[in-house]
Amino acid sequence: MSELPLFIAIPFVFFLVGGSLVALIGALGLIRLPTFYQRMHGPSIIVTFATISILIASMLYFSTTQSRLVLHELLIIVFIFLSAPLVGMLLMRAAVYRDLLKKNTRDISSLDQ
Amino acid sequence: MHNVLLLSMQFSQLCIILSMLCCVIRLVIGPSAQDRVLALDTLWICSMLFILLIGIRFDSLLYFDIALIIALTGFISTVALAKFLIRGEVIE
Repeated sequence: MSELPLFIAIPFVFFLVGGSLVALIGALGLIRLPTFYQRMHGPSIIVTFATISILIASMLYFSTTQSRLVLHELLIIVFIFLSAPLVGMLLMRAAVYRDLLKKNTRDISSLDQ
Repeated sequence: MHNVLLLSMQFSQLCIILSMLCCVIRLVIGPSAQDRVLALDTLWICSMLFILLIGIRFDSLLYFDIALIIALTGFISTVALAKFLIRGEVIE
């Protein structure tokens, strides 16, 4: 890493440490929450808040060290924001479908006995 | 000043590694298949963040392309796995 001026270094450290702490909190939520439908909420905080914070820190750092405006991290931000709701919706539909399937087969097998 | 930057970088790399470890634990113990797919998706995102942090630390713009490719591949693999969970096959 190279040296940064103070007025860049303070927001850089703030976004970096804040983003990684939020990522850790989201992953702990993925472990500790009891059911799958509650566990969906842990990774979404990683996808939105932690990713945006770390990408803003990266933009600040490279814009300072390259002494030009480096904005191509916006590509990742746009792509993540397009794909994250899609992934969440597909996984939730799969979970609901599988839970209903399991419940129906249990009901039918209890009717047989 | 330089020490503070380096320390914050090491701290955030440690946090991302710990969150990747949490995802791996959920991937191993996950009771159902959708838990495992969710943990794998989170693992993709965390590894993308870790590669971005490596790029900042080594002061190189090359790592950004690797992070972009990892984000694309993770999205496609998660969509394929979710479709497999619903239908039982990927291409029909």
